Amino acid sequence: MSTPSVTPSESQSAPPASGAKPEILRRSEHTVEIVSDSGEGAQKCGQIFGAVSAKMGNGVWTVEIIPAEIQPPARSPAGASGNRIRIGTHTVTNWGDRANVVVAFNEQVLLARHRLEALAEDAIIFLEDMWEKHEDEQVRAEWQAALQELSRARYRIIRVPMEEICLTVVDEARKGKNMFVLGLLCTVFQRDMARVKAQIEHQFRTKSNEVRERNIALVELGVRWAEEHLPFRIEVPPTESDRPMVVMNGNEAVGMGAMAAGMDFMAMYPITPATSVSHYLAEAFHKMGGVVHQAEDEIAAAGCAIGASFAGKVAFTVTSGPGLALKTEFIGLATMTETPLVVVDVQRGGPSTGLPTKVEQADLLAALFGQPGDAPKVIIAPATIEECFHSMITARRIAEAFRCVVMVLTDANLATGVQPFPRPKLDPRWQVRQPDQRPVPKDTRPYEWDARSGLSRRFIPGQPEGMFVATGLSHDEASRVSYVAATNALGLKMRSRKMAVLSETLRPPEVRGDATGDLLVVGWGSTKGAIEEAVDRARAKGLKVSSTHLTFLAPMQPGLKEIFGRFRKVMTVEINHSDEPNDPFITKENRRLGQLCWLLRAHTLVDVDCWSRCYGEPLRPDHILGGIERMFTKGEKR
Amino acid sequence: MSGPEYSLLDGDVCADERHLAIEDYSSAVPRWCPGCGDHSALGAMQRLLESEQLKREKTVFCSGIGCSSRFPHYLKTYGFHGLHGRALPVATGIKMTRPDLHVFAIMGDGDCCSIGLAHWLHAVRYNVDMVAMLLDNNIYGLTKNQTSPTTPQGHKSNTQQQGSFLPPLNPLTATLGITNCSFVAQTADWVPAHLFQTLKAAFHHQGFAFVRVLQRCPVFTAGIYQDAVRHPDNVELLTHPAGICDPDAEGLYKNHISHDPADLHEARRLAEGGNGKFRLGLFFRDASRPRYNETRALPKYTAEEKIEILNAELDRYAV
Repeated sequence: MSTPSVTPSESQSAPPASGAKPEILRRSEHTVEIVSDSGEGAQKCGQIFGAVSAKMGNGVWTVEIIPAEIQPPARSPAGASGNRIRIGTHTVTNWGDRANVVVAFNEQVLLARHRLEALAEDAIIFLEDMWEKHEDEQVRAEWQAALQELSRARYRIIRVPMEEICLTVVDEARKGKNMFVLGLLCTVFQRDMARVKAQIEHQFRTKSNEVRERNIALVELGVRWAEEHLPFRIEVPPTESDRPMVVMNGNEAVGMGAMAAGMDFMAMYPITPATSVSHYLAEAFHKMGGVVHQAEDEIAAAGCAIGASFAGKVAFTVTSGPGLALKTEFIGLATMTETPLVVVDVQRGGPSTGLPTKVEQADLLAALFGQPGDAPKVIIAPATIEECFHSMITARRIAEAFRCVVMVLTDANLATGVQPFPRPKLDPRWQVRQPDQRPVPKDTRPYEWDARSGLSRRFIPGQPEGMFVATGLSHDEASRVSYVAATNALGLKMRSRKMAVLSETLRPPEVRGDATGDLLVVGWGSTKGAIEEAVDRARAKGLKVSSTHLTFLAPMQPGLKEIFGRFRKVMTVEINHSDEPNDPFITKENRRLGQLCWLLRAHTLVDVDCWSRCYGEPLRPDHILGGIERMFTKGEKR
Repeated sequence: MSGPEYSLLDGDVCADERHLAIEDYSSAVPRWCPGCGDHSALGAMQRLLESEQLKREKTVFCSGIGCSSRFPHYLKTYGFHGLHGRALPVATGIKMTRPDLHVFAIMGDGDCCSIGLAHWLHAVRYNVDMVAMLLDNNIYGLTKNQTSPTTPQGHKSNTQQQGSFLPPLNPLTATLGITNCSFVAQTADWVPAHLFQTLKAAFHHQGFAFVRVLQRCPVFTAGIYQDAVRHPDNVELLTHPAGICDPDAEGLYKNHISHDPADLHEARRLAEGGNGKFRLGLFFRDASRPRYNETRALPKYTAEEKIEILNAELDRYAV
C-alpha cells in the first residue's frame, strides 16, 4: 500500500503514529460530495452515508448529481455522477453552497465540480490517484493538466490509492470503490459502524449474502485505511431527539403518502425523474392491495387512472414534463367529467426532453393552463420531503371532495433528495372509504351542481339508479350532451366555482421574518430551505427582507395582495427561466418573467419582480443572497 | 365475462330484481343517420343485455370519439364517453379495479386502428376481460369523410380526393398477430342475428374479446359492402361446433368454411382473405390465455390493516 502523498498546494502532517489521537475538527454543519463516473456507485455510497447520518440524529439533505446518460464517457466532466450530502447539528433544509469534503474517483469529475464552483475554497478532497501512472499517456496528461488547474485553488488534496486497495478484496475495483469510500467517510465523520452495516443490509436487501458481506469487507478496508492515514476527524454533533423520525427521498415519500391516503391504483409510464415512485411502489404497494400499472404510454396511464377513478377509486399517475404534455387531453377530460384524479409531476429541465435528470420549476404554467379550454384544477407544491408525503393525502381528499384534478408538483431535487422528518402518525381517516354502492335517490342527477358551490355528488358504477354516461362533451346536470350555450356556460361556471370554494378554506401563507420591510421574497416548491437560509443571512446583514412560501398555486392562498402591500418590493425566486433585465433587447415591457412571478402579477396586480436561475441544479443560498442584494442596489421603487 | 362479485356490494343493496325488457336498456333516441350500421350494432347489443339480463348498474360502456362512440348514450347503463382513440385505457382501468363490472369498449376504425392504435395492441396483450367492438365503416364519418386506416385503396375522400393511397389495414390479421390474443370474430351490420350471436360469444369469452363489425356509413361508404349484401355468394361463413352458431346466417350463406377457432395459424390465414370474399364468424378463441385483471388482482384490506402494513413500511425507514 503506498503512502498517500499530498498535492499540490497544501501540505499535510505525516500519518499519525500508532496510538496518536487524531485532531478533531468540530463543525455545526458540513457538506460532503462523492463524485465518480456513472455506474461506479457513488450514489449508493452517498445514500448510505446520508441515511446513517440521519439515523444518528443529524439534520441531513442529500441531492443526487446525475448525468443524463446511463454510461456517459468515462473520466469526463460531463459524466460526473454522485451525491452531495449536507449534514448539520440542526435541521438542514437545502443542499447548501459549496462542498467541504469531496471524494472523487477521478480528476475529471472533480474538475467538473470545481468549474461549477461547487467546492469550498478550503475543501478537503480525497482523490483516487491511479490515473497518474496510468498506462495510457493521454490519461496521464489529463491528470497533470487537471491537477495544474486545481492547484490554483486552495484545496487540500489527499491522494488515495482506492483501486489498489480494493483489488485486495474484489476482482473489479470499479464496483467496489464506493464501499471503500463509505468506510473512509464514515471514519472521518465518526459514524456509528453498526448503523452503517445495518444500512448496507437494507440497501442491498435484494442482493445475495455474498454481495452484502463483500461490501462490508470493503467498508472495513476504508475504515482501516482512514485510521492508519488520516490525522483528523470531523465532528458534526447530532441533536438528540425524542421524536421518532423517518428518512427517505421525495419519491418514496410520494409513494408512501399515496398509500397513507388510501390510494391503491397507480398507472404510470417510465420517465425520469418520476419513475422511482413506481420503483418504490412496485416493492411495497401490493402488500396493501395496491397495483402499479405500467401502461403502454403516458396517455394510457392517465386513461387507466381515470377509468379506475370513474369506477370508484381515487387513482393517481406520476410523470414528468414530457409525460405531462402527453396527458394533457386526459387531464382536461377528468376536469370535464369531474372524475377525481391525482397527477404527480416531478419536474425536470425543459422544454422538450430538456435536462431529464436535473431540477427545474418550469411546469407551473403548463400544469395550470396546459389544457385547451378552461380546465380549473388544484395545484399543490410540496416544499420538503415531509410535504411530499402529506400532500398526497391532501391531494386525494381534495380530488374526491371537489371531483377534480389535483396536481402535485415536486421536482428532481425533492425526488432524489433525502431528508429525515417526523414519523407521520397514520390516521385511518386518511384512508378512503369503500365506494358508495347504495342506490342513488330517485331523481338525483350526476352533476347536480349546488348553485352556490358547484359541488355535486359523485355517482359510482354499481349504484342502482345512478346510471349515467360521463362525457367530455358539454353536458347538462343529467350528463346529457348539450350544445346549448347557457348549459355550457353553467358547466364552466360550476367547475370554476369549486376552486373558489376551496380557496375559502385555505389560510394565508406565513411570512418568515418581519411582517413589513423592504423586500418580500416569494417562493414555491423545493426552494424553500435555500430561500429561507438566504433570507436569514440577508437579515443578519441588516437587510429588511422577509420571505413567504406558497403551497397552493391554484387556487392561490388568500391574502397575498395584502401581504405584498406591506413590502416595498416583492420578488419571486424560482428555478425557471426569466430574462435578465440588462440583456440585449430586454425591456421592462418585453421581459419574460418567472412563472410564479407571472401568476402573482396577474393575481395581485402588484409589480412583482423575479430572480430565477435554471442551471440544472438546486438553488444555492449564496446565489439567492446575491439576487436579494441586487434588488437593494437597483434601488428603484415599486 | 364472469368474475367474482364485488364482496362489499351485495347483500345490503336493494337491487332491481324484476325482468328487464329491451326498453329498460334503452336511453336517448339514437341520432345516427338512417341506414347507419351503428343502429344494427346497438340493437344487437340491447338484445344481448336483455337476453343476459345484465344488471344495468353493473354494466359500463366506454367509448372514444366518433359516430360510433355515441353508443353509450343510447344505453341505460353506466358509460364513459371519453377521448378519441382512448376507450381502451379507460375500460382497462375500470375492469382492473372493479372486476364485478361488465365492461364494453366501443370504437370506430379511426379510434381503434389509427389514433388509439397503441392501446389496441396492448389491450389485446393485457387480455383484460371485456368486449371490444370495432364498428368499422372504413371512413371518418363524424368529421365528414376523411380516409381512415381501413378505407379501401382508391376510395375517394375529402382528405385523399384522388383516392386512398394505401392498402387498408387489416384489423383481423393485426389482432391475431398480437401476443396473448384470445378472441377474434368478425360480423356485419346487415346480418343482425349473426351480430347478436357474435356479441354473445364475445360476452361469454373470458378475456379480451375483439369483435369487428363490418358496417356501412350510408353517407360516405354506402357502397363498400354492396357485393356482400346483394350477393351472398361473396360471403364465406366460418362454422364450427365451437364457433358462432347462427342458423339464419347459415341458411343465407352457402359458402361455409369449417374452421376450428382453436387453430391460430388457420385463423391468420383465413383473416388474410385474398379471394375477394368477406369472411364472417369466429376466427380464434383461447380462453386459457392469462388475463391481466386476474394476474394483478390482490386481496383487499381494511383501513386498519393498511395502517398496520404501512407502519411496518415506515419502520424500514425509521431513524
